[in-house]
Amino acid sequence: MYEQISGNIWRSRLLVVFFIIVVGAIGYGFYLAYNNPIALIAALLFAFVSSIGSYYYSDQIVLASVHARPATKEEFPQFVNVVEGLALGAGLPVPRAYVMDDPAPNAFATGRDPDHAIVCATTGLLGMMNRVELEGVVAHEMSHIRNYDVRFMTLVAVLVGSIAMLAHWFWWTGRFGGYRSRNNQGGQGQVIFFFIGIALAILAPISTALVQAAISRRREYLADASGAMLTRYPEGLASALEKIENDHHVLTTANSATAHLFISNPFKGGRALSSIFNFSTHPPIEDRIQRLREM
Amino acid sequence: MGFGLTVGIVVGIAILIVIWVIAKYNQLVSLKNRIENAWSQIDVQLKRRYDLIPNLVETVKGYAKHESEVFENVTKARNMAINASTPQEQGAAENQITGALKSLFAVAEAYPELKANQNFLMLQEEITGTEDKIRYARQFYNDQVMLFNTLIQSFPANMIASNFGFREHEYFPMDDEARENVKVDFT
Repeated sequence: MYEQISGNIWRSRLLVVFFIIVVGAIGYGFYLAYNNPIALIAALLFAFVSSIGSYYYSDQIVLASVHARPATKEEFPQFVNVVEGLALGAGLPVPRAYVMDDPAPNAFATGRDPDHAIVCATTGLLGMMNRVELEGVVAHEMSHIRNYDVRFMTLVAVLVGSIAMLAHWFWWTGRFGGYRSRNNQGGQGQVIFFFIGIALAILAPISTALVQAAISRRREYLADASGAMLTRYPEGLASALEKIENDHHVLTTANSATAHLFISNPFKGGRALSSIFNFSTHPPIEDRIQRLREM
Repeated sequence: MGFGLTVGIVVGIAILIVIWVIAKYNQLVSLKNRIENAWSQIDVQLKRRYDLIPNLVETVKGYAKHESEVFENVTKARNMAINASTPQEQGAAENQITGALKSLFAVAEAYPELKANQNFLMLQEEITGTEDKIRYARQFYNDQVMLFNTLIQSFPANMIASNFGFREHEYFPMDDEARENVKVDFT
């Protein structure tokens, strides 16, 4: 467990350094092409601001992107009680509870450390699960918090999100710049296209690799196992996963940058993902259920 | 030169030992504080349950006047727990509360109007949630006690523990009845 914690902390640092280098390199490419240092400065500024911003505000960004709202004790007493109880069992500060109004049963945890942690569930999940099943799900999320999985996974979500934003921006200015260059300055238009191509070629596989690194099977199995240790009742999570598996709603608020945060793949495999990102999904649910039942 | 080297090595080893003793001592202190904190968390939840009981009894009385025996049992167990002087007495009384509450909720099943009462439903959720929290707080306490006891029994940390007066802590007994109650499905 401690190995997992320090691993996640190091992976988070490497990720930020790597992100700054990649964005800086693209800025440097533009600087070389145009001999204009503003591109480099803008790129580095973007990289630093989004890294620092995603360290401190990533949980808020993720919550906003899935349209989550705080779960009050009046409205969701069982959910709030279960989160408080499991925090006691894990010896962690009580994470803040949030809900998403969505019929698809799913849940995730986010935040930078156990002191700034959030557990978020859909109203679909809360309506469908009985107490022991809900405890199983929340215990799984609590293990992600304790292992610092949340820090790395949330950083990936936000940085991949900002890479996607950058890629979109290149794509659109590229098309716009392309039209203009055909009329005015053909030579420079070629250069723009060349760099946009290179930038996209670099960005797309990087984001895919990042997301794949974040959805490590080991991470999910470990959270399942330590969650079961926490509730001392593996069948709770097993039965919850079974219900999730048999439900056919698709979580509309999730996107390819946040998909890996969720307890089960929000796209249910069948739906085509955003065209740039094409990654393999969560470990198969049947396999997770079987492992829980063998405990 | 040889003499100086020997002195250097001896002093170096001595410094390392001192650093190790300080580190182990601090680890034991922080574990001990965590155990004390865990203990007070159990207390907080037990008190929360005492506070909820009178409300619950009042609410149920409004619908099920004739079940006075059940109310008396709950109230008696609560008073026993509050006035308990030893941990054993308290433990026994807490188990009685759990059992008495279970029969109270079983009685409530026979009163559909009561089961539709918002206040009752809220109290039921609060009590179930609190019993859950008691169980988890005990579980965490016992986990920490096990860590601590194992550490102060193992060599070489046991030398520090005995020199600085760290003593083994007692486990909080986990009764099976309380666990069973938690598994009751109220949804």
